[in-house]
Amino acid sequence: MSDLSELYQQMILDHNRKPRNFGKMEGADRSAEGYNPLCGDHFHVYLKMDHDRITAVMFDGAGCAISKASASIMTDVVKGKTRDEVHALFDRVHAMLTGDHSEGPETLGKLAVFSGVSEFPTRVKCATLAWHTLKAALAQQIEAVSTE
Amino acid sequence: MAFNPDLIRKDFPILQQTVHGKPLVYLDNAATSQKPRVVIDRIERYYTRENSNINRGVHYLSEEATREYERTREVAQKFLNARTAEEIVFVRGTTEAFNLVAQCFGRKHIHTGDEILISAMEHHANIVPWQMLREQTGAVLKVAPITDRGELILDEWEKNITPRTKLVSITHVSNVLGTINPVKKLIQIAHDHGVPVMIDAAQSVPHMQVDVQDLNCDLLAFSGHKVFGPTGIGVLFGKEAILQDMPPYQGGGDMIASVTFEKTTYKAAPFKFEAGTPHVAGVIAMATALEYVSQLGWAAIHQQEQDLLDYTTARLQEIPGVTILGTAPEKASVISFIMNDVHAHDIGTILDSEGIAVRVGHHCAMPLMNRLGVPATARVSFAFYNTRADVDRFIAALHKVEEVFR
Repeated sequence: MSDLSELYQQMILDHNRKPRNFGKMEGADRSAEGYNPLCGDHFHVYLKMDHDRITAVMFDGAGCAISKASASIMTDVVKGKTRDEVHALFDRVHAMLTGDHSEGPETLGKLAVFSGVSEFPTRVKCATLAWHTLKAALAQQIEAVSTE
Repeated sequence: MAFNPDLIRKDFPILQQTVHGKPLVYLDNAATSQKPRVVIDRIERYYTRENSNINRGVHYLSEEATREYERTREVAQKFLNARTAEEIVFVRGTTEAFNLVAQCFGRKHIHTGDEILISAMEHHANIVPWQMLREQTGAVLKVAPITDRGELILDEWEKNITPRTKLVSITHVSNVLGTINPVKKLIQIAHDHGVPVMIDAAQSVPHMQVDVQDLNCDLLAFSGHKVFGPTGIGVLFGKEAILQDMPPYQGGGDMIASVTFEKTTYKAAPFKFEAGTPHVAGVIAMATALEYVSQLGWAAIHQQEQDLLDYTTARLQEIPGVTILGTAPEKASVISFIMNDVHAHDIGTILDSEGIAVRVGHHCAMPLMNRLGVPATARVSFAFYNTRADVDRFIAALHKVEEVFR
């Protein structure tokens, strides 16, 4: 089924198997916890900041392939970005995940690998969990965020 | 007449459709069962020919609806082998039944320091209402442990009961593990200590004959939608003395004998628990569902489902990395499993793309997930209309999961 191979692209499976920037960060400036009670996805995101700019980012936790790969690729792409840049990027990612392809997913670089998620509405929350957790960390929210 | 699942499947219109271009394989019966044509037709007939409010009209339609509504109480009485129809209370479902008992029985009889005993394999419906009662009264919620196989520890069951235990509330069949608890024995032990017992029969009534007099349970609940009836309707059984002793649940129309601004008197049980216009269509169609499943015969249903359970359990062994959670010798046709390195949510999506409906997640039993040490499982649950061909499709799709994630 073509939709399914759109969802589980090789890059996603690869990041699921070997997540990048995976583990607890010692001496993080900020961290946040994200939880999806529907499926049990549960991640922490850790940040080191230079003023408004992310200088290091790591994550740990457990979840489905989509949520884990999303977290892994996210950590790759947000390093070096400012808070405002992250927010603007997330808005574009969110639009793509919810089926707004007006911009053309290819402009999102490797994040375009998640464009197939929009065909699976129940999985959008999986792909956004790490992003919501990152935003919570940037806002220095202490409580666990939830995508429910 | 021999039991022929292929013939019986024709009774269920929803099973005839395709999903994502493939014939639907519905293996999520523990979440909700599908409805036979007779139940769907019964709802339509009610709304096209009988719709009216009950217990208050003198006109023909109201009399008809009232008669059918009360007839359902007798059908449910026979279904559970209750002593009288007055022991049957209509509720929205099992969840409401637990909330009703927690508030009506609990607030009257369970006080600070008193104990409610449940088990580690309960559904949230048999956990959260007691926690709410605990907040209101300072009662204590005690949890009987289970083994790694997913069984209660029978030798230690009696130790969980203390002089402060005021109620035992336990599931008949686990919605996650499939374990059939030996509730008759557990009830007898509780009664030896003078403790009443409530049974969660939501997962047992679709699979086996449940006889409340034989079990000798004091309270028992099930949901109509899990036993081939409509959603939004269920049954609370209670022994007459317990129901009469409990105060009403919600106040309003229909549950009163007389009302003045100074004082209101209530009807007797079960009517004092049924405030407001009830789900008349649902109640009446539930009778049709209970009659439908009863006429199929429990022995034939058991034989079909046991075959599916054994066949699926055996065939799951051929998938690398699959572990079944819940390996009690006495199981209903419910199988939870995990797959090495593949999250249940991904299994669910890939099975869905093959037209196969299963449940993935925590199954409204998060404490049990913690006990099992897993964040989520995938679960297949069978009804009598499932076949070995369904299982073959399911196993083939699991091979596909394994290919994607290899």
